[in-house]
Amino acid sequence: MDDLLRLGLHDLHVALGGRMVPFAGYEMPVQYPAGVLKEHLHTRASAGLFDVSHMGQVLLRPKGTLAETALAFESLMPVDVLGLAVGRQRYGLFTDASGGILDDLMFANRGDHVFVVVNAACKGADIAHMTAQLSGACDVLPVTDRGLLALQGPLAEAVLARLVPGAAAMRFMDVAFLDWGSVQLWVSRSGYTGEDGYEISVPAAALRGFAEALLEQPEVMPIGLGARDSLRLEAGLCLYGHDIDQTTNPVEAGLTWAIQKARRAGGEREGGFPGAERILHDLAQGPARRRVGLRPEGRAPMREGTVLFSGDTPVGSITSGGFGPSVAAPIAMGYVTARAGAPLMAELRGKRLPLALSPMPFHPTTYKR
Amino acid sequence: MKYTKDHEWLRVEGDLVVVGITEHAAAALGDVVFVELPEVETVVAEGDEVAVIESVKAASDILAPTAGEIVEVNEKLVDQPGLVNEDPLGAAWFFKMRLDDLSVLDDFMDEDEYADLIG
Repeated sequence: MDDLLRLGLHDLHVALGGRMVPFAGYEMPVQYPAGVLKEHLHTRASAGLFDVSHMGQVLLRPKGTLAETALAFESLMPVDVLGLAVGRQRYGLFTDASGGILDDLMFANRGDHVFVVVNAACKGADIAHMTAQLSGACDVLPVTDRGLLALQGPLAEAVLARLVPGAAAMRFMDVAFLDWGSVQLWVSRSGYTGEDGYEISVPAAALRGFAEALLEQPEVMPIGLGARDSLRLEAGLCLYGHDIDQTTNPVEAGLTWAIQKARRAGGEREGGFPGAERILHDLAQGPARRRVGLRPEGRAPMREGTVLFSGDTPVGSITSGGFGPSVAAPIAMGYVTARAGAPLMAELRGKRLPLALSPMPFHPTTYKR
Repeated sequence: MKYTKDHEWLRVEGDLVVVGITEHAAAALGDVVFVELPEVETVVAEGDEVAVIESVKAASDILAPTAGEIVEVNEKLVDQPGLVNEDPLGAAWFFKMRLDDLSVLDDFMDEDEYADLIG
């Protein structure tokens, strides 16, 4: 695995028996000895610890006011940044001139600056994009001396509050600075599993100690990328580079909930983001294709790239699919044309097999709102 | 027991050959969630894709280790694909084949040779 970056917790993953694979330029644990199935089910039943230190953490430090930085950030996204309250986090999307998605991200209003978390595979491009576009309003400062952990599952609150009591009072999408001894944690109540839980930015020097303190709690099991993928798929959450990318826009992707009223037609700050014409058009007229949840009727998982048919007409393809351990059946998401009618069929190993449109999430989410 | 380079095992049972996947293969696949078996009475050539295994991670084909006729399949795997992880060398056999000539089995690896292959 030449040329791959190693995580700060690499030795801990190896000591835990993690099977390391290349992912987004890093050596990452895809699973631990328990295996994907048990790791997935454990996260839904108790608490799972994920190392997501490969993701990009970035600070936007205003040169003038926070509002000026918020407005500059809004020029990159169809999202209401200005209206986000202090101590709150929101989902965002960088778009391009044709409305395609450059990356999806989380950003938080931390009072005097904005904290941004972006996908690992996109972080170089994202930082360059922000630096080029935002430097008039703020300094774009990559955070390179902190790791990022996610603690997810119904017992995450009990576990984290045992180490950091302030965690219990947070609600979904709150952010807070919380102290673990002398270590300052940057905590958000959010995640990528559909479960209640937290994402925790930890100084590099304290990362191993904090991760081990969490793993010592009887509820906690380390969880690899394999289960992270099946958990987010059951939760109906998009994976950048698969379910969304530059060829899909936020309306097609069913992410209209991320486009607040202020940025839509008739809103106080209508448009003014890359691809606004296309995105506002699709919001008004409906997109030509849309992301849908799919339930194969048989037991065979249907994976990314599987072509979908309505009658004999190809109408789209699957962008993420596999077996949902908590659903106990195959699940998938993909794009179909707006006119695609039932019954839908997928071509698998030369056979046409039926699948049904399904609401998402496939497994109920348990965010603490 | 004989082994193929595709990590299948072959066991002679009377005039039939029972085929399954090795522990090494089952561990590498991870949790198996779906098995598709061939039709009984299918005549296959060496290397034909005769069965499909899907784990939580990926799909893999099971290839016919040699030419012959599929005479029995293990339907239990359809309802309990997890057997492939629990008991790959026993309860999780995939199918039984009739060969024209059992002596072709001499060409496959024995246990020591297979152990060398997987290191």
